[in-house]
Order: sequence, then structure tokens, then C-alpha cells
Amino acid sequence: MHLSVFDPASPEAAWLLWLWKASMWICVFIMAVVTVALAYILARFRRRDGGEPDQRTGNKRLEIAWTAVPLVLVAVLFALSIVTARAVDRPVRRAPDIVATGHQWWWEFRYPSANIVTANEMHIPVGREILLEVDTADVIHDFWAPRLTRKIDAVPGRQNFIWLRADHADAYFGACAEYCGTQHAWMLFRVVAQDADSYASWLAQQFAPAEEPVTTEAKQGRMLFVQLTCANCHNISGINSQQQFAPDLTHVASRQMLAGERLQNTPANLKDWLRDPNAIKPGSYMPDLKLSETDLSQMTAFLETLQ
Amino acid sequence: MSDVPIAPGLIEGTAAHPALQSRRLEWVTTVDHKRIGLMYLFATLIFFVVGGLEALLMRLQLAWPGNTFLSPDAYNQVFTMHGTTMIFLVVVPLLLGLANYFTPLMIGARDMALPRLNAFSFWVFVFGGILLYLSFLSGHAPDAGWFSYTPLSGKAFSTRSGVDYWALSLLGIGAGTIATAINLIVTIVNLRTNGMTFRRLPLFVWMVFVNSFLIIAALPALNASLAMLLIDRQLNAHFFNELGGGDPVLWQHYFWSFGHPEVYIMVLPAFGIISEVVPVFSRKPIFGYGFVAASTVAIALLSLGVWAHHMFVVGLGHPWDYTFGASSLLIAVPTGVKIFNWIATMWGGSIRLTTSMLFALAFLFSFTIGGLTGVTFAAFPLDWQTTDSYYVVAHMHYVLFGGTLFAVMAGIYYWFPKMSGRMLSESWGRLHFWLMFVGFHLTFFVQHILGLDGMPRRVYTYPDRPGWAVMNMISTIGAFVLGLSVVVLLANIAGSLRSGPIAGDNPWNAWTLEWATTSPPPEHNFDLVPPVRGRRPLWDLAHPERSQV
Ligand code: HEC
Ligand SMILES: [Cu+2]
Ligand SMILES: [Cu+2]
Repeated sequence: MHLSVFDPASPEAAWLLWLWKASMWICVFIMAVVTVALAYILARFRRRDGGEPDQRTGNKRLEIAWTAVPLVLVAVLFALSIVTARAVDRPVRRAPDIVATGHQWWWEFRYPSANIVTANEMHIPVGREILLEVDTADVIHDFWAPRLTRKIDAVPGRQNFIWLRADHADAYFGACAEYCGTQHAWMLFRVVAQDADSYASWLAQQFAPAEEPVTTEAKQGRMLFVQLTCANCHNISGINSQQQFAPDLTHVASRQMLAGERLQNTPANLKDWLRDPNAIKPGSYMPDLKLSETDLSQMTAFLETLQ
Repeated sequence: MSDVPIAPGLIEGTAAHPALQSRRLEWVTTVDHKRIGLMYLFATLIFFVVGGLEALLMRLQLAWPGNTFLSPDAYNQVFTMHGTTMIFLVVVPLLLGLANYFTPLMIGARDMALPRLNAFSFWVFVFGGILLYLSFLSGHAPDAGWFSYTPLSGKAFSTRSGVDYWALSLLGIGAGTIATAINLIVTIVNLRTNGMTFRRLPLFVWMVFVNSFLIIAALPALNASLAMLLIDRQLNAHFFNELGGGDPVLWQHYFWSFGHPEVYIMVLPAFGIISEVVPVFSRKPIFGYGFVAASTVAIALLSLGVWAHHMFVVGLGHPWDYTFGASSLLIAVPTGVKIFNWIATMWGGSIRLTTSMLFALAFLFSFTIGGLTGVTFAAFPLDWQTTDSYYVVAHMHYVLFGGTLFAVMAGIYYWFPKMSGRMLSESWGRLHFWLMFVGFHLTFFVQHILGLDGMPRRVYTYPDRPGWAVMNMISTIGAFVLGLSVVVLLANIAGSLRSGPIAGDNPWNAWTLEWATTSPPPEHNFDLVPPVRGRRPLWDLAHPERSQV
């Protein structure tokens, strides 16, 4: 099994693992001293009858020694921490590549220069240094993709920045790490690292406006989307452009997961989600719109066209 | 100094009043530090059972991925109540209860300096705890976590009254805690018996003394921030609202400038217990008395300057990270060296492996692990990976459960004979010990690994990632073993109270003054306080020829 923190996929995460190993050597050394001492004491100094043991009350030299050694160890650790911190948190002197905004309970990812926006699935090109800005739309959240870089809070009224660079193509697990209310557990996301070509085609695909549906069922669904209140919260380019209260659906069908990784993005799951979001993710701010079975089929058919 | 009298007629007066003669009313109206101490222990035991049941509910819900035993809303209330209960209604008052009972006895005093204030603190604590639990009746318990970060805990995101109950009850309890701290300081400064100089003070009393100053320094920060939160919530102020010119991060500064010292408030008296138990069962004096006492003062001072290590991921910037990383690494040193002092105390001793001593040894082992994982947070770039994950949950339980609670267990087995006059059963004690030791490590060790694999804390469920289901199941099984160990403890207490062997004055052949009176002690504590010529008055009595200073 590869634990995320021990399986870095970026220079930043590798630095953090390096520091981890250094501090583990120190900790293991101290723990070994304590454990061996305790074991020896238990074996050697058990109850003896006949007289009291030597009533020694201390030894200044010894005590100074066992204060000095840990002091040196923590000083070393401090120096290593600074080296690591400077390597991971580099100065920010340019505009961010991606802006991640935490919402109760999903992530918005905005690409300012490409002018696209998506939800819960952040794509990055392999090998390129990415500067990520982390904001929040409501309470404090925290962006954490352990194999890629440090975590950072999303704090109201503040802009935070982190760097990351994926070494190879993969889908990396991510989570909101700061408790943010009812559905904190399903505020997961993924970072999809792609080689330059597939990244470019992903960008182009996401930039394109939503395709016009062709089947009648999907056409009905599109009308429903406008008639029902969906458009009050969700944006589909070509239909409306709301504030980002809810995930942008322009290319919802291109995403692998739904609702903060709660569901695999399949037509059946999408339909279940629309039937009663709160049965799947209780507390979610997507209301139950009481769609009939035909509405559901039409809406699902429409959303599935949004590649 | 020993003969500062208690206001005449205070104790006698209540006892003489005919309406207050009944036995039950005697407990309600008592100002005797021993009775108040016992009531603290009893109340915290009840809250401990409640908080423990909440923990079991959580572990049941987390036993496998996608479990629907608790709704997210219920889970969030339960984890908030568990944390708040264990910290504010169990660990802190438990230690205050022991301090209440034993401080006057250990310094040869007749009672606390301010007995009525003492009773006030206790009842404020009880009613504060009840107020917190009344929130359930209002339909919704607090659910913003035990550190209730703004803006989540603000009116906009926590619309129901749970957070108000939370803040009000902690405000009351906090005031009581401050009063107790003042009381303990006044008692220790003024009521020491003849010859009991500060250099001869038992280490438990030393730790309680230092701890009391820490309480006075830290608790007002909590109370101030709670008041600000209530004003924000009820009167629409904007202390923590960035749109109104406030700052949500301000709450974190305020809260943690209380919250970190709070960790040491929950640990220092436990160090004190270990410093009493280990020497007695090793038949040797503490190794480096001055060193242990002085390092405690160092901890207390440093602990006021480390709070922002809880905020390494807020994005305060490198100057903050460096400063608070350095101070947090530094505080590890006076904390860590104590471990060596206790080991050196045992070295060359003649160790009696009583249940009390077993718990002391378990403390040394588990607390060292918790301390070391703490160091990995102070190396702040590691905190950037591990904070707010299950790794923190593991770390903090190694400190507070494997540390403080194991020490308290050592203290309970050590002092129960004094408080009750009867011995706890050693064979039940051993069963209790092994269940608790194994259950504890089973529950919390795997949580380190879960955290390092990316599992955030405070989640009501989790995705089925490789290994997560197994590790969570192990943790849940461990939690139920822990639950069983508590049942064994309760049975042991109940059985021993009724039919345990009579303890006598000094069953462990210990050395401090509480063992120089009867078990349980009379209301006035001592008929005659033995002379104090050294740190171990009863040892000196037994060895008149070799009295050490
Ligand atoms: C009150 C605002 C609101 C309305 C109205 C609304 N939604 Fe949503 N919707 C949300 C929110 C908030 C989420 C994110 C839920 C989460 O993950 O917690 C969401 C999530 C979704 C998702 C999943 C997106 C993803 O990538 O995970 C789909 C699909 C969706 N909504 C479709 C619809 C449709 C279709 C309608 C109309 C029938 C609709 N919504 C109406 C707020 C709304
Ligand atoms: Cu979140
Ligand atoms: Cu702290």
C-alpha cells in the first residue's frame, strides 16, 4: 500500500517527504532510547527485598546532557524545516494559473487565462509549475492534495497561494481538510494531471460553449433546465451565466465524478442525484426539485450531452 | 503559616443548621475540599461515560465506509459534544478535582484557603455542563467543533442555538476554573505547614501551582473570545466578520492563545501525578527535583507563546511560521527531558508493579509517542501535510488519553485507598489496565496511518480507498475494547467501595503528608501534622538518622 504522503508525485511533496524522513529518524532514535530503557528497567530493577535501593536524588551533569542533546536535535529540525519551507513555498510574483474556490461543499476551479471554469476536478499539465490561488465563497475550507503539495486554508477575505507540479500523469486524490459544516466529508476533489497534448484538448473542450442537443428527449431537458429554477444556481454557457453559487454544468458530462466525489458520473447516478440530492448528500444546498420520472429522464438525457 | 484559620463558624455553621442536617444536603452545602474533590471526580466520571458513549457512536458510524448509522448532522453534533465534553467537562475538572482533594492534604493544611469560592467553582462547573447538554432539548446540540471556527460558528452559518449554548456554558465553566486556580494559588502560598518550603513542596503540588498561573493567563482569552462570539451572534457585531471590518482569523488567534496553554493545563497536573507515583513504587526519591520543577515553569512560560502552531495552514506567512515553529520545537525540550527524569528515578530502584505503576509506565510509553508526533507538527512544513487529518486525532489522543488519562488512572489507583479507606482490587485493576492499554493503541495507532494517507478529521464517512475500511474497523474494535475497560474500572470501583480490603493510613508506604492521616481523612484532615524537614516527611520519620533535605 502506498500512503499518499509517502508517495509524492511532485517536487513539493517530495520535499515534505524528505523532511518527514529526517524527523522520523530523530523521533525513532528517541523512542528507541526510551523503549529500551523502560524494557531494561522492567527486566533489571524489579522489586527486591532486603533494604532500600540507593536513594540518589539527581545528577546535574547527566541532566544537562539530556537537555542539551534534544536542544541540538530540535535546532537541526528547525534548520531543515526552513530549508523545506523555502523550497515548497516559493515567492509569488505572477498571476495564478488556477483559482480554487471552496464552497459548502464543492470546489470551483477557475482558469483565468483560459477563461474556463469547472467543478471538483482540476486538470493540470504534467511537468509545468502551477500557481494555485485558494479562496472561499463562504466558510473556511482547506485545499489538500497530499501527493502533490502542502495543504492551505481557504479563508474569507484572504488570498492564499500554493505551488505544485505533477511529475507524471495520474488522477490524484484531494480533500477539503478544514471542517466546514454538514457535508465536509464529501468535499473531495481530484487533480487530473495530463501530458501537454491531452491537456490542450481538454482546455479547448472546456472552452467550447455547450452543444445544442439533438434528440427530442434532450431538447425537452434543455427547456426544463430553463423553466425550472436550475438556472438560478447553475451556469451553462450558451444558456445563462449566473454567479457561481453551484457547479458550472457546461461540461458536466465530461467529469468523472459528481457532488464532491460522492458518486461516479454515470447516467443512472446522475438521475438519482436529480431525484433527491439530499438522499445522496444530506444537507447539500441543491434542493429536491420534485421532478417527475419523465422530467428526470429528459433532464438526464440533456445533461449527458454536455460533454 | 499553617494556622491561618478558616472563617469561624463557616463549616460548623452550616452543619449546625437543623434544616441542613440530612446527609444529601450535606453534600450540596459542603465547603470541605475533600467532599468537593470527590464530587468533582464523581461528576467527571459521569461526563466521561457520556463523552465515551459519544465516541463509540462515532466509531460505529466510521466502522465501514458509507455507513448510514448516523446522519451527517447527528455526527457533527456528536463529535462537537465529544470534544467539548472530554476537554471541558472531563479532563480539566478531573485534574482540578484531584488538586482540590490532595493539595491541602499534601501541604498539611486543613482546607482550601477560600472554601466557599471552591464550592462556587464546582457548582458552576456542574451547571455549565448541564447547560451544555440542555442544548439537546432545544433540538440541536452545537455542531461547529470544539474550537468553533468562525465564520462557521457565526450566525450566518450556524443559525440554530447550539453554538450559543456552547459559548454560554463554557463561559460559566471558565469563570469557575479561574476561581479554582486563584484558590489553589492562595492555598499553596498561605497554608503550607511549618517547614513545607517551596523547595520541599511535593511535585504534584508544584505542578498544580504552576498550572494555576497558566489557567489565570489563558482562560480569560477564551472567555473574551466567547463573549465576542456571543456579541457577534446575538447583537450583530462584526468581530469575526470580514465584510463588517472584522476578521475570522482573529477568532483563531484568540482561541488558540487559550487553546494551546489549555493543552498544558491538561497535562501538567498529570506530570505531577507521575512524579508522585513513580518514586513511591520505585522506592527512590524523584531524580532531579529542581529540574522537574523548573522545567515545568519553562513549559508554562513557553506555552503562552506557541499558539499559532495551530494556524500554520492559515497562510499567515513565513515569519509567523518560523517564529511559532521555533517556539514549539523549543517547548518540546522541557517536556521531553521529564521523561528522562522519570526513567532515571526508576533506574536502580526496587520497582513494585502495582496497577498504579503499570499505568505510570503506560503513560511514559504512550506520552512519548504523542510528544514525538507533536514534534513533527512543530517542524511546520510537516504540519502543512498532517494537520486537520486523522494524524492529528491520533497525536492528540496519545497526549490526552495515553498521556493525561493514563496518568490519572495511575493517580486513581494510587489515591483511591486514601479517599475511600479501601483498596481497589489489583486483579481487576490488571484486567482494566491491559484492556485499556491494548484498546487504546488499537484505536489510535492506525489513525496516524489514515491521516498520512489523506483522511481528513471530522468526517462522518469516507470513500472506500485502499486500506481505509480495514484500518477504520480496527480503530472501531479498539474503541469497544476501551469501552469494556471502562466497565471493568467502574465494576472495580463499585465492588471495592463495598468490600475492598481496608487500606489503613499508608498502604503503599508512601512519603508525602496525605499518607500521615487516616483513610479517609477526618474533616479537619490532620489531628497532628508531622514535622516537615525534607521533601519526604514520612521517609524522614522512618529514617531519623538519614534525614535528607
Ligand atoms: C438552490 C440552488 C440550486 C438549484 C435550484 C439547483 N441546483 Fe444543482 N446543485 C446545487 C449545488 C449547491 C450543487 C453542489 C452540491 C454538492 O456537491 O454539495 C449542485 C449540484 C448539481 C449537480 C452535480 C454537479 C457536479 O459536478 O457535481 C448537478 C448535475 C446539478 N446540480 C443539476 C441541477 C439541475 C438539473 C437542477 C434543476 C432541476 C438543479 N441542479 C438545481 C444547487 C442548485
Ligand atoms: Cu470544506
Ligand atoms: Cu498547541
